[in-house]
Amino acid sequence: MPHRTFIFFILPSLLSMILLIAVPIFSAMTQSLFIAHKQVIIVSETCDPFGCKKETSVDAEATANLRGKEPLGIFNGFETYTNRNHLAAAEIKTSWNVATGWKDFFSRIMNLPFYKALAFTITYTFVVTPFVIVLGFLIALGTNSLASRLKGPTIFFSLLPMIVTPLIGSLILFWMIDADGILGSTLQRIFNDNDLSIKASPALTWIMLIVYGIWHSTPFAFIVFYAGLQTVPHETLEASMLDGASLWQQKRHVVIPYLMPLIIFVTLIQLMDNFRVFEPIVGFNASANATSLSWIIFNDLRGEDALQLFGSAAATSMLTIIGVAILLTPVLIMIWKEFNSKTV
Amino acid sequence: MAVFPFLWTLWGSFKVQGDFFSKADWANAVYGIRTLAETGGTFTGNGYSSAWIEHEFWRSAINTSIVVFFVVISSLTIGTLGGYALARSGYRYALWLLMLALVFRAMPHITLVSGYLLPFFQWNLWGHLPTTIIVLVAINQPFTLWMLHSFFLNIPKELDESALVDGCNRFQAFWHIIIPVMWPGVITTGLFSFLLAYNDFAVTAMLLSQENQTMVPKIASFLGSTQQEGEVMSAVAAVVSTTLPLFVLVMFFQRQIVSGLTAGAVKG
Amino acid sequence: MRILYKIALATTFMFFLGHTTYAACGITSGSIRILANDFPAIHAVISAAEKCAGGGVTFTKNTTKEHRNLQVAGLTANPAEFTSAIVANSSIVPLLNEGLIRPLDDLVAKHGRGLKKHQLITINGKIMAVAFMANAQHLFYRKDILDKASVGIPTSYEEVLSAAKAIRAKGIMEYPFALNTKKGWNLGEEFVNMYMGYKGQLFKPGTAIASVNNAKGVAALKMLKSLTEYSNPDFLTFDSNATAALWEAGKLALATMWGTRGGTILDDKGSTANITSNTVLAGAPTVAGGSTPATTLWWDGFTIAKNISDNDAEATFIAMMNGISTDMVKANNDAAVWLIEGFVPGKAAAGVSASASAGATPYPMLPYAGLLHSALGSELAEFLQGNESAQQALADVEAAYSASAREKGFL
Repeated sequence: MPHRTFIFFILPSLLSMILLIAVPIFSAMTQSLFIAHKQVIIVSETCDPFGCKKETSVDAEATANLRGKEPLGIFNGFETYTNRNHLAAAEIKTSWNVATGWKDFFSRIMNLPFYKALAFTITYTFVVTPFVIVLGFLIALGTNSLASRLKGPTIFFSLLPMIVTPLIGSLILFWMIDADGILGSTLQRIFNDNDLSIKASPALTWIMLIVYGIWHSTPFAFIVFYAGLQTVPHETLEASMLDGASLWQQKRHVVIPYLMPLIIFVTLIQLMDNFRVFEPIVGFNASANATSLSWIIFNDLRGEDALQLFGSAAATSMLTIIGVAILLTPVLIMIWKEFNSKTV
Repeated sequence: MAVFPFLWTLWGSFKVQGDFFSKADWANAVYGIRTLAETGGTFTGNGYSSAWIEHEFWRSAINTSIVVFFVVISSLTIGTLGGYALARSGYRYALWLLMLALVFRAMPHITLVSGYLLPFFQWNLWGHLPTTIIVLVAINQPFTLWMLHSFFLNIPKELDESALVDGCNRFQAFWHIIIPVMWPGVITTGLFSFLLAYNDFAVTAMLLSQENQTMVPKIASFLGSTQQEGEVMSAVAAVVSTTLPLFVLVMFFQRQIVSGLTAGAVKG
Repeated sequence: MRILYKIALATTFMFFLGHTTYAACGITSGSIRILANDFPAIHAVISAAEKCAGGGVTFTKNTTKEHRNLQVAGLTANPAEFTSAIVANSSIVPLLNEGLIRPLDDLVAKHGRGLKKHQLITINGKIMAVAFMANAQHLFYRKDILDKASVGIPTSYEEVLSAAKAIRAKGIMEYPFALNTKKGWNLGEEFVNMYMGYKGQLFKPGTAIASVNNAKGVAALKMLKSLTEYSNPDFLTFDSNATAALWEAGKLALATMWGTRGGTILDDKGSTANITSNTVLAGAPTVAGGSTPATTLWWDGFTIAKNISDNDAEATFIAMMNGISTDMVKANNDAAVWLIEGFVPGKAAAGVSASASAGATPYPMLPYAGLLHSALGSELAEFLQGNESAQQALADVEAAYSASAREKGFL
């Protein structure tokens, strides 16, 4: 297709993405390299309903003057990335020097907010993604072999968890898993432990978040694989059956290779979405036990203390994008190879 | 197992807060003890009337319909054009663009939305429905482009190539040949666009003014800063009201979805 | 005769014509756009202010939990998206820092004669906000359970601990106490409150350097830890909704909760008559033999944006004065602890008034307090979970704070 026609077709889409995604990413990248000018602080008398006293406050005019000259702020280079709230280079170095062994070093690193979040995010991503793919595949296979009357309702029920927005879905479950809620107390009865509380235990909270993640994302994999199963050429399947292949061998050697592009697509989307998990953490009030990279950004920008840390959030966003790029590299290489083999 | 939480919530939406959220005994939600005490019957429509009438949830429902309708239409329009171009391009830069779109998708939405606030306030774009619609379309473009380009890859090149040979230009080929056969793919992508617009919270909560809110941020506002009695049950009733139409739609469209995915199986 | 009649008709006509261009409050024109938090007391104020709409005056309101995230961007735009932001001690700070609100001295002189002196928030000699309600966290107790356990009414946290111990020992309740210890803002607030009880200084005076890692900080943390031992193990998810729900379900005997919860707890919905009639609100406890209650005082008030026309500013001020009028207070007496003339403190206001009269400190309106609060909320959870020492937790707090303060230009 000639370049001009290509541009003409893709222009609206490209324009919207450039304006509303690329420009903000670039602006966030720039913002992450700067910190604010030093605020001019003065001491003055402050009176409120409870009395008067001398307190510090910001001299807004003087600070604005300072900022007017250099609106972006002071150039900080990559220091925001390496400060304690992010990669914490200096703290890691100190920990390395004073740690009394691997375990101690490890626990010191886990004390740092970014790494704590990273640990959960990576665990979540690498547990939920394979489960989703395998479960989605199995459910698709199962539904495919059902009698056609049962297929409709099964598909409907299997799609349900995906339809509801995570914020609401996790809220509903939060109400239910509370120690006094239906799921919470049933669990207590099962394990015969009256002190069992999912919300109080980090390990159980992680498990609950992961189970929620799998519950919520499996329908996506299911529907994609199910549709793919419809297109597996019957001749190849029949041929393999005639050759005496068992059910399992059929699946392994015929169905899975055929579905491989779909599996790659689902893996791609899942890796990316799971790495950016945060809505369940908010919905379940689980931030004491589990935080994720996107949750840190959420906290910086929507913290209730009303001071928004744009630079810090921008830096964490950049780190998230880099993290996703690293995660996706193997899959992207596979796509690249496939593209090259297809087009000449 | 998938459906139990929703059934539980549906059941509970007809009770009062003292029962559904009973810290004393969860079985209260089943029997409706406090509901009986406070309203005289074991089932009550109080949550629903409070949400729909007092808090005018119907306005949010209308807002959601408007937003979803325009997001799906716009998304599909520019997405099909773009996806078609990417599928038929044949040049390497098409793949680079797709990879770039993936990277775009990796950006957390909260950061994007916070970045929008100041310019939107300055140019008086904040709080209006069209702004939110355009933002939702743009943010979801990467996913839409990927899905649609895969569908188009599965439509044989010969179809539109023969039209080109016959003297049509690209756009005419697209319009007359491709559009008739691309419906399955479009329906599927449309479904995902629909879900993304219907269920969005991050963008709509920050970019819409109070009267323009769609359903999901409105539910969050029922829960509010401090949960007042009656407000929480409005939220529960609203949650059920929001998810029920989705169930109906999925039940109705599930055959189309699957056949859509079948006709042009999504490839990586 | 006919001429007189015509003149009379004309005058009446002009009279009505003139009057229709006046809104209910005597404002001729203007646009009022309010941004506020979302809770009933604020709704009451805004509804009363809304009566000024009509006849050339447009009125829009946005009450949302997101107000803190919208206010800076919204008021920076020129013209500002909102003409008034309703704020509290903490949320006024970013507006002050960025110079987004205007001094109200002339407007108060013109339209605010009826305001009491303690309603005026002055910074550096200028009135920057008008406060209308007060709030604080204080003690709630169940009279019947204290009687059952034969303990007196606690006036200090040490007494709270022994009361809780007695209640548990007698088998009445396993977890009789709760406070708002949800990780994040709530947890930070509990620490600040307790620290104030020890008369601690959050920052080195006159500087932005945090100073919480000291004996008083450690003592405050240890007291919090002892208190949480009498709380349900889920305490790190307890925000004020959760504690109020627990109270109304009768699962608590003692709690530290916000005064504004008093209204909902004492009403006849959501709880049993037994619980409600035995709930008493008292001033916040002291700690370590000090005389300052271990709590901080908060006010809510309205501000007027800088980047708007003077006409809009005046219209908004008049509307808000209407919103905080005595009539509004009389109609919504128990919605909050009002600072306005005509408020009659009821049972729900007892705790806040007691804490204020006992000399509690107001939450500091320092430009960098929010950053420290945020650091406290994030880093202290690990100590309460028993995963690190108090000193380590406080050192982490100071390190996290320094990094954010440096980014914002305070250090």
